[in-house]
Amino acid sequence: MNTVVADITYRAMLGRKRILLLVLLPLALIAVAGLLRLIGGPSEGTAVTLMKTFAIGTILPLLGLIAGTGVIAPEIEDGTIMHLLSKPISRPVITFTKFVVAASLLALFAAVPTFIAAYLLVQTESGVAYGFALGALLAGVAYAAVFLLLGVLTRHAVTVGVIYALVWEGLVGGYVPGARKFSIQQWAQSIADQVSTSAFFKSDVPIGFAVPAIVIVTVAALLIAGQRLRGLSLTGDE
Amino acid sequence: MTVTTVPAVAARPGLMELARVSRWYGNVVAVNDVTMTIGPGVTGLLGPNGAGKSTLLHIMAGFLAPSNGTATLNGQRIWRSHDIYRHIGLVPEREGVYGFLTGWQFVLSAARLHRLPDPAQAATRALDLVDMSHAKDRRIETYSKGMRQRVKVAAALVHDPQVLLLDEPFNGMDPRQRLHLMELVRRMGAEGRTILFSSHILEEVERVAEQIEVMVAGRHAASGDYREIRRRMTDRPHLFRVRSSDDRRLASALIADASSGAVSLTESGLEVQALDFGRFTRLLPRVARDAGVRLWQVSPTDEDLESVFSYLIQPRA
Repeated sequence: MNTVVADITYRAMLGRKRILLLVLLPLALIAVAGLLRLIGGPSEGTAVTLMKTFAIGTILPLLGLIAGTGVIAPEIEDGTIMHLLSKPISRPVITFTKFVVAASLLALFAAVPTFIAAYLLVQTESGVAYGFALGALLAGVAYAAVFLLLGVLTRHAVTVGVIYALVWEGLVGGYVPGARKFSIQQWAQSIADQVSTSAFFKSDVPIGFAVPAIVIVTVAALLIAGQRLRGLSLTGDE
Repeated sequence: MTVTTVPAVAARPGLMELARVSRWYGNVVAVNDVTMTIGPGVTGLLGPNGAGKSTLLHIMAGFLAPSNGTATLNGQRIWRSHDIYRHIGLVPEREGVYGFLTGWQFVLSAARLHRLPDPAQAATRALDLVDMSHAKDRRIETYSKGMRQRVKVAAALVHDPQVLLLDEPFNGMDPRQRLHLMELVRRMGAEGRTILFSSHILEEVERVAEQIEVMVAGRHAASGDYREIRRRMTDRPHLFRVRSSDDRRLASALIADASSGAVSLTESGLEVQALDFGRFTRLLPRVARDAGVRLWQVSPTDEDLESVFSYLIQPRA
């Protein structure tokens, strides 16, 4: 962890237009939860559906994409990363620091709003708010690592990330039960299911698979990203 | 303009060596079997656009792996060695600077990333060195191109490196800024730093570099002082303009010797094509003395960098 790298990365993420997306998406979630509470009254079933489909199914992967790729991909694209890479700092340390920044932003802009939205609907009933907030937190860590890796691997990180989140997790995961095992979104639901006692909710992936999968994917993505950054080639305009 | 003393360079010289370095992209060869050594002083890496200068500079800076061969600094391999940046300062050509930081924050971050004992003092010194202290509290995105270039130079110098690599450093600078940076580069070179800068502007190289390395179409075409390079081109006759007390008599005396390929009489004196530079320069005063002619002016007309460069990049007809 390098505090200078973290400082520059936070400034880049929070001081520019990207913060609008980081703020608007969770605000939309909280607004929808507030609206549902106003028009329909509190319902555990509604809360679980909103958390599954919108908080974990839409907002979290989108924020993961913005934060995970945003901490590194634009710098590689415009060459500003040279300022960090031309210093005597190990490149895996740079990768890890940027991962910590992305994961902390996801905790703030995804996990906390998920808790607030669920709390607005059902308070702490059946542990729904705690479950989905913890699921969003841990899945956010995995998303941060995976999308950061994409940002190092390809200049089309956002496109690849959108395809993964929408096509693989959203579409294939919806129809092919086997594919759900390899979906970060499903792992988040397993954790939520483990914490929550709600009768409206049953996840498809066992917790004994989901937690080790999050750990393995996060560690592997960070190791590969660190190695790829060590061998990153940057050229001039020639 | 403020004048700031460049700090004394570390005792150990920075010796950058490329041994049979090639770099290709698919079927395109950008750098072809280049061997060169860059030592203390200012070296200009010269070549037309697309000659492979930038590729070579990025290999030296550790941002590009050679496809073949090795690049080392003081014997230490550069590629994948982050410790090497304790000794290297890099000024890339790309605009890439964090526009949301102020000049001060940018240079201070470089000092802190180098873990210098007093980052603030080092940042102040580096900004003074490039004459940017007055604008240090402005965001970089408000800077002109020349100011951005200078703040990049400040960040590259903040740790007082042995080796400074600059990719087209004078681009976008106004004449005053250019002269200031040229003076700074010359001063640092004179103090024993190894400075390599790439350029396709002959005037810049001629004014700053003591040594030139010429790249043409990915190959290392020539190396050394450009006058020396010119003299080694034995297949190209040297052109001299000679003015004397009796041009006609001198012409007939010169043509009798095999070292003069052609002698022509013009309104402004004689133009002599010397086939053998060394023999001609020894012969001319003797011939003039024997013929009783006084020499007023002897000047080589194609020994400037522009002529040397055009000879190197153009194949002989």
